[in-house]
Amino acid sequence: MKVIVDEDKCCGAGQCVLLAPEVFDQREDDGIVMLLNAEPGPDQYDLVRESAAVCPGAAIEVSEEA
Amino acid sequence: MSVNDQVLNYPIPSALPLDPPAEWAELRGGCPVAHVKLPSGDPARLITRYEDVKQVLADPRFTRALSAPDAARLTADGGGVFNSELAQIIPDSGEEHLRWRRLVGKWFTAKRMTTMRPAMAQIAEDLIDEMVKGGAPGDLRAALGFPLPVYVICDMLGVPAEDREKFSYWSDTLLNLTRYGKEEIEAAQAAFFEYMSGHIAAKRAEPGEDLLSELIAAGGPEDGGLTDLQIIVTGMALLVAGHETTANMIGKMVSMLLADRARWEQLLAEPALIRTTVEETLRLDANSGFGLPRYLPVEAEIGGETLAKGTTVICSMAAANRDESAFDDASAMDLTRSPNAHLAFGSGAHSCLGQSLARTELSVVLEVLLRKLPTLELAVPAAELERVEGLAVGGLRTVPVRW
Ligand code: HEM
Ligand code: SF4
Repeated sequence: MKVIVDEDKCCGAGQCVLLAPEVFDQREDDGIVMLLNAEPGPDQYDLVRESAAVCPGAAIEVSEEA
Repeated sequence: MSVNDQVLNYPIPSALPLDPPAEWAELRGGCPVAHVKLPSGDPARLITRYEDVKQVLADPRFTRALSAPDAARLTADGGGVFNSELAQIIPDSGEEHLRWRRLVGKWFTAKRMTTMRPAMAQIAEDLIDEMVKGGAPGDLRAALGFPLPVYVICDMLGVPAEDREKFSYWSDTLLNLTRYGKEEIEAAQAAFFEYMSGHIAAKRAEPGEDLLSELIAAGGPEDGGLTDLQIIVTGMALLVAGHETTANMIGKMVSMLLADRARWEQLLAEPALIRTTVEETLRLDANSGFGLPRYLPVEAEIGGETLAKGTTVICSMAAANRDESAFDDASAMDLTRSPNAHLAFGSGAHSCLGQSLARTELSVVLEVLLRKLPTLELAVPAAELERVEGLAVGGLRTVPVRW
């Protein structure tokens, strides 16, 4: 799985960090998303998919190919 | 006559306090861009489908300020938070809004909320102990729902929690669309403004570790910070936003869960469901309030219809959150539902800045209640709970409970 975030679309709501803190974080100075791990392991797949589904800015893109 | 060919009065009343009006499903099905008449008498269009509400809320062309001369007034004397002049001091769109959001947003990150969690749990414990001391039945709204978010936001802003009676009154006058007259609202706003100005001046003289002190320290617009006026209004906005919404939601969430005690039992058996439960109660809150108005400064296509420039639309997130095309078995409460991309916090660039805070408060309250008062139950039948009328944000008057 590959994860891409679009900082311009991110509204800093922190949903992704509440769900998958091992994959996402927010920058200290403005709350915008930071990707900690662009190729997370299988144990994170569900959480990452859920983050992408609920992100209010539609800022998270997941591509599923290996 | 069906909902399709009449002008509905808005808001649409509901027969039961926790249930949606029957019209929502009909509107979603047959009339997704309905004609409604607002309390002011002005016409607007009501949007009830998930896809449409999401699209409208996230569309940067539409504004939330209803200040254009042809925008609908929500109430007869133009009162209420959406028409207020103060609402226009915080930048509404584009780069300026983004800058404001990032300056303030760093205080509301998920990580920061997680570090505040133990302190919130302690406040919840103390408030519950206090309620238990008063003996059953207690009013969960007054004992826990209202004070907890106020303590938390006061602490973040560095304003004294002792003044919370004043904040309650001020935010009620700002958020209540029908109860107060224009003069009373203006007087309350002026008093609130003066209070916050004084507070900011004091912080400037003697900075603390709080959000407002840091906004001051960031400097003026020339340094990438905010003007004094913007800081004052930001303080007011956060106090109001951080207060009434979550406070009411605590009472509604607990009522929805206790209305069918099997839900409470399920949570006692499996506390790991707290997170998804909080989301599900936000989704199914049929009494979330007025909905969000948007003004169309340009012609736009919504829900397959072309709406003229100058139209005011009202987005009903609560109706959209029950749309069968977006949620399986949408009217059923499923404490395990995931993902749950409900619209209770809006969508897009304006989506609730405080949502991590609200989520954390709601889940802390639920966790502490389940632990301390596993025998909790409603002290009146759910159908007898009473809604607060006229508020932009929906709530219940009291939440009588036993344990
Ligand atoms: C359950 C509780 C809450 C609910 C249901 C809620 C709901 C909402 C909604 C629907 C919006 C979108 C407004 C729009 O698009 O015009 C919003 C915006 C906002 N909320 Fe909340 N809110 C809650 C709690 C909070 C808290 C605790 C705070 C923090 C102090 C907060 C601060 C804000 C702010 C500052 C905005 C404006 C954001 C912007 O325009 O960029 N809210 N909220
Ligand atoms: S959930 Fe989306 S909008 Fe929120 S912080 Fe994460 S990427 Fe940004």
